[in-house]
Amino acid sequence: MVYSGIGISPQDVANSRYLTVPYSANLRYRWSTGAAVGRFLAELKNGKIVGRKCDKCKRVLVPPRMFCERDFIQTSKWVYVQDAGIVDTYSISYIAADASRLEKPLIVAVIRLDGTGEAGILHILGGIEPKDVMIGMRVKAVWKPKRRRVGAITDIRYFAPAGDAK
Amino acid sequence: MTRRVAIVGAGMTLFRRRLLETGKELCFEASRAALDSANLDASDIEAVVLGSAPDAFDGLHMKGEYLLDGAGASNKPYTRVYVGGGTGVFTPIAAWWHVASGLFDVCLAVCEEKMSPLYPHPQKAFWSIFDHTLERPLGVNLVWIFALEMRRYMHKYSISEEDIAQVAVKNKRNALDHPCAQLADRITVDDVMKSEPIVWPVKKLDISPPSDGAAAVILASEEVARKITKDPVWIDGVGWNLDSTYWTNRELAYPQYLENAARMAYRMAKVENPRKEIDVAEVYDPFDYKELHHLEGLQLAERGKAAKLTSSGATERNGEFPVNPSGGLLGVGNPIAAAGMMKICELFWQLRGEAGKRQVKRDARTGLAQAWGDLMQFSSVVVLRSR
Repeated sequence: MVYSGIGISPQDVANSRYLTVPYSANLRYRWSTGAAVGRFLAELKNGKIVGRKCDKCKRVLVPPRMFCERDFIQTSKWVYVQDAGIVDTYSISYIAADASRLEKPLIVAVIRLDGTGEAGILHILGGIEPKDVMIGMRVKAVWKPKRRRVGAITDIRYFAPAGDAK
Repeated sequence: MTRRVAIVGAGMTLFRRRLLETGKELCFEASRAALDSANLDASDIEAVVLGSAPDAFDGLHMKGEYLLDGAGASNKPYTRVYVGGGTGVFTPIAAWWHVASGLFDVCLAVCEEKMSPLYPHPQKAFWSIFDHTLERPLGVNLVWIFALEMRRYMHKYSISEEDIAQVAVKNKRNALDHPCAQLADRITVDDVMKSEPIVWPVKKLDISPPSDGAAAVILASEEVARKITKDPVWIDGVGWNLDSTYWTNRELAYPQYLENAARMAYRMAKVENPRKEIDVAEVYDPFDYKELHHLEGLQLAERGKAAKLTSSGATERNGEFPVNPSGGLLGVGNPIAAAGMMKICELFWQLRGEAGKRQVKRDARTGLAQAWGDLMQFSSVVVLRSR
């Protein structure tokens, strides 16, 4: 059993063939960063990446959390990890968050950080052309100058091919 | 002990990029069509479960309450469920436990989505599903994460973009026979390859469109179902499972949470060899690679081998193992929650031999529907049988 609805084209909207009601919301938020990520952000300001160790599964969790979601116990300590790792997967974004076209495509990647086991973080690749990116390649963080860091994930400008790349 | 539950009626609306009808009107039309197909009235419905995805599309908070009247649910036990893209197949699961538990004999499950209110593109609403501290500042959009998953899957199993594009070709062609379809078309692998890159490897024709639409089914307990229809379609197995939100901390090439959900449903339905026992599948396909990824997680293809199964022609509508004979999300459209429910409707029609031009050639007695959602972490699975 099927109901045939009435489809409206962009032209119909533009020509006011059917009435629509416009509205835009403007809501402002201020989020708490939390016990784990708050410290992570503060360390980014120092140019360091910090994780939390789970004594049961032995993972170093990045992004850090105060509990291990697998073992459901408190993590035990802060552990500094390298600001370098390997590209686990990547993609090339031609669109912005609102689906508008980007002038210059952005290389997006999950980077598996050295010394963490399986912890990867989402970030952007730079200093490399899209066609040269490979899964498994080594990359290292390129930081903003210290005075411009604010305690945000964007204190790392991007990850670039590591000098020690083979 | 749970009671046996059957689907006794199904209905859906046209899927379009923008429909004139409001969400309430779409819910009403889909629900009314489902009621009519079972010769039932709203007074026969004891409880209602509604599924709808992010409120941000509509700019309406408490969307469940807003849609209540269109779902025929005022003054009735009513619940809205939401698990992202997986909502459409989770809603009938929630309705199933309403009836299987013995609480109700007849329950309506309806899914609605209106993605068009947010303009120029509903994509922007997805921004709010990401972590506000670590992901949003990078400028993340929803397609990023799927492109990352697709690329990882291609890498791990040496699968090409062309292999994946076959799925879009098949599903859009199947949709030519669906009266509600939004993007039915005869295209080639080459067309997909040459379509505009969105977030490579995802190109325009790899992806299902945003849509408006609604779909509904009616569930009844065994005794009541047999009075309503001579051809009830039994819900013999249900499963669902969620992985962690920390999606960058796991292997994206294989959906373990889906395997968990599938095994739960197979255990309940006593399916021992899914590849041999499932006759027709409606697998979640918001992107073409997802059909392959999901067939593997469902144990319906070996890991990394679903593309070969597709090339062999087995998954065509007239093949030995039809997958997405409806045309799927890629062809019929993707009004998120309603798209999953569309798959349940399709199996209801397929297993009763009522799918018309879309009817699969092989004798189909057992069907499987699956949906997937949230941050690449959730799957819902339903096993249906015609006897």
